[in-house]
Amino acid sequence: MSGAIVAVESLGKRYRLSHQQPEPYLALRDVLASALAAPARWYRGRGHDITTAEDFWALKDVSFTIAPGEVVGVIGRNGAGKSTLLKVLSRITDPTEGRVTLRGRVASLLEVGTGFHPELSGRENVFLNAAILGMTRAETARKFDEIVAFAEVERFLDTPVKRYSSGMYVRLAFAVAAHLEPEILIVDEVLAVGDVEFQRKSLGRMRDVSRSGRTVLFVSHNMAAVQALCSRAIWLEKGTVAFAGPVDETVSRYLAEAGSRSRRGTGHAVQLGQDLEVSRFEISPNPIESGGRAEVVLGFKAKAATRMTELAILIYSAAEARVAVIDLRGSLPAGMTAGETWTLHGWIESLPLVEGDYQVGLGVRASGFVGDKPGLVELRVAAAPRPGDHAPYHPQYRGIVELKFGVHS
Amino acid sequence: MQLVIEPGFASANYWRDLWRYRELMYFLAWRDVAVRYKQTVIGVMWALIRPALTMVVFVLFRRLMGNPSTGVPDPVLVLAAVLPWQFFSAALTETSASLLGNTSLISKVYFPRLIIPVSAIATAFVDFAITLGMLAVLMAWYGMAPAPSLVALPLFIAMTALLSLGLGLLIGALSVRFRDFRYVVPFMVQLGLFVSPVAFTSSQVPERWRAVYSLNPLVGLIDGFRWSILGGAAPLDAASVAMSAAVTAAFVWIGVKYFRRVERGFADVI
Repeated sequence: MSGAIVAVESLGKRYRLSHQQPEPYLALRDVLASALAAPARWYRGRGHDITTAEDFWALKDVSFTIAPGEVVGVIGRNGAGKSTLLKVLSRITDPTEGRVTLRGRVASLLEVGTGFHPELSGRENVFLNAAILGMTRAETARKFDEIVAFAEVERFLDTPVKRYSSGMYVRLAFAVAAHLEPEILIVDEVLAVGDVEFQRKSLGRMRDVSRSGRTVLFVSHNMAAVQALCSRAIWLEKGTVAFAGPVDETVSRYLAEAGSRSRRGTGHAVQLGQDLEVSRFEISPNPIESGGRAEVVLGFKAKAATRMTELAILIYSAAEARVAVIDLRGSLPAGMTAGETWTLHGWIESLPLVEGDYQVGLGVRASGFVGDKPGLVELRVAAAPRPGDHAPYHPQYRGIVELKFGVHS
Repeated sequence: MQLVIEPGFASANYWRDLWRYRELMYFLAWRDVAVRYKQTVIGVMWALIRPALTMVVFVLFRRLMGNPSTGVPDPVLVLAAVLPWQFFSAALTETSASLLGNTSLISKVYFPRLIIPVSAIATAFVDFAITLGMLAVLMAWYGMAPAPSLVALPLFIAMTALLSLGLGLLIGALSVRFRDFRYVVPFMVQLGLFVSPVAFTSSQVPERWRAVYSLNPLVGLIDGFRWSILGGAAPLDAASVAMSAAVTAAFVWIGVKYFRRVERGFADVI
């Protein structure tokens, strides 16, 4: 406990969900209408009690400590409470219970370019944004040249940022943030900005920051970046700490859990028209390590006499772009009689995909059904460990395919 | 340096934080002023046109209604009241809209939220300062010198700023939760112009209604402005100034109190 630079004890944050309101704020009209309908309740209760409210604990009983100089990753699914945790630590929102002790100057970076104004010039925005992030004017002036050089926007300093390309915009925004010098740095998924070249620079900068003895709390969905930058990780699940420990162990536990939860295959039969159904479709392991070998089991059942003339496995990216087609026309059974089943066991030699979620479906031509049936299996590809000193770029910038490359020496 | 975050933690060192973040207040004010005049063709002229036109209309109105002469040229008499009125209405409009206009800041960065509405007064003040210059030119044109009571002017400027801040904090904070309050301000500003002594003087209000009339805090403020600038030609009723001061103090107290109570939840509902 003592010696910890960040100590979080039994932290809880409750939000009220109301079933009627799509927005968190109310219209006075609703309050008045409800007050007229139930004067006694209005008299007793406060404004937000008028709709059926339900408590939602975004964080519940979260405790951990961070020693000075540690770089800690926070991982978890969307909605697990990561952002809420950062918001509480950044003092943006109040905890409902528990306490946090921070022994040092905190800077938090939940977004790049907070407060950037499109009408103001690059120069003006640097000063404004730095002030928003908690830098003094003198500090900003001292680092100004460094910031501008890092962002590579020297020539456009006096141009309003609304005329910047999106790349220039995020480079400038990140550059300001990258030059904060707090004792505790809280970073949300902000490395996912800029082009590939800038990504490399940003990651390098993050690594410098973490090596300079500063304490960093880093939230990311990019497991590879977390593993490259952090020594320890905290895995949040439904607002509580599911596991905390050395980064590699935490990440692998998280991935294993995430994999067991995701749909490994079709639990129930999927109809392909009147005559045919997909009784089984499994890809294993799932999640699969990028570049690994995948076993495929594909079963059909005929409900009436039918014959498949075409069959293909279709792999789609999360953005629904078709990544690959595995043509199975050469392996089809002859005709199938009613009640007959047919199962195909096969394997994909290597699945060299960039880590992320993929959808696997089938393309079928049979009597009674012609077309694609996407989304039968959710396939998660996990990052493979990679040699070398460089953290990989964010998956968003790595395309879809991971190619093996060698250098002739 | 140690910081403890607990439910309700902000109250302990709020005012110290406010002081620490004063540079941010300056930057936000500067941003609002800079942005206001970028991309405008006639820029600063806007700050002059509105009060000038309001003055012309009200002077014509006075002529048509046959208002009694006060010994002060009508344009000066009217402009001396348009000035604080527009300062008040602009500051109120800016402060009460400021929170919803800075949603991304509130949900992504910590700082004492009071900074936002306070810095929003800056643009209104810049316009006010420009109009004040216009009044000086107009008085010089009529060969008038300001009365010695001019020394009291800063006091009335400060009171006007405080009144708009108090009301702006209250309405601004309320409109984060109840978006309806956005519609309250334009209405107040529109109506307020006619119930405040801008086109006329408070002395034209029947004696027996004077006390009730002074409940409008703008009455004491506008009379105070006129008196500061014109001296004895615009006699000042101390009671109405005292009433203004009391109402202003009440609004500032309520505004700050309510704002402080709800500001920690802003990020959750905005």
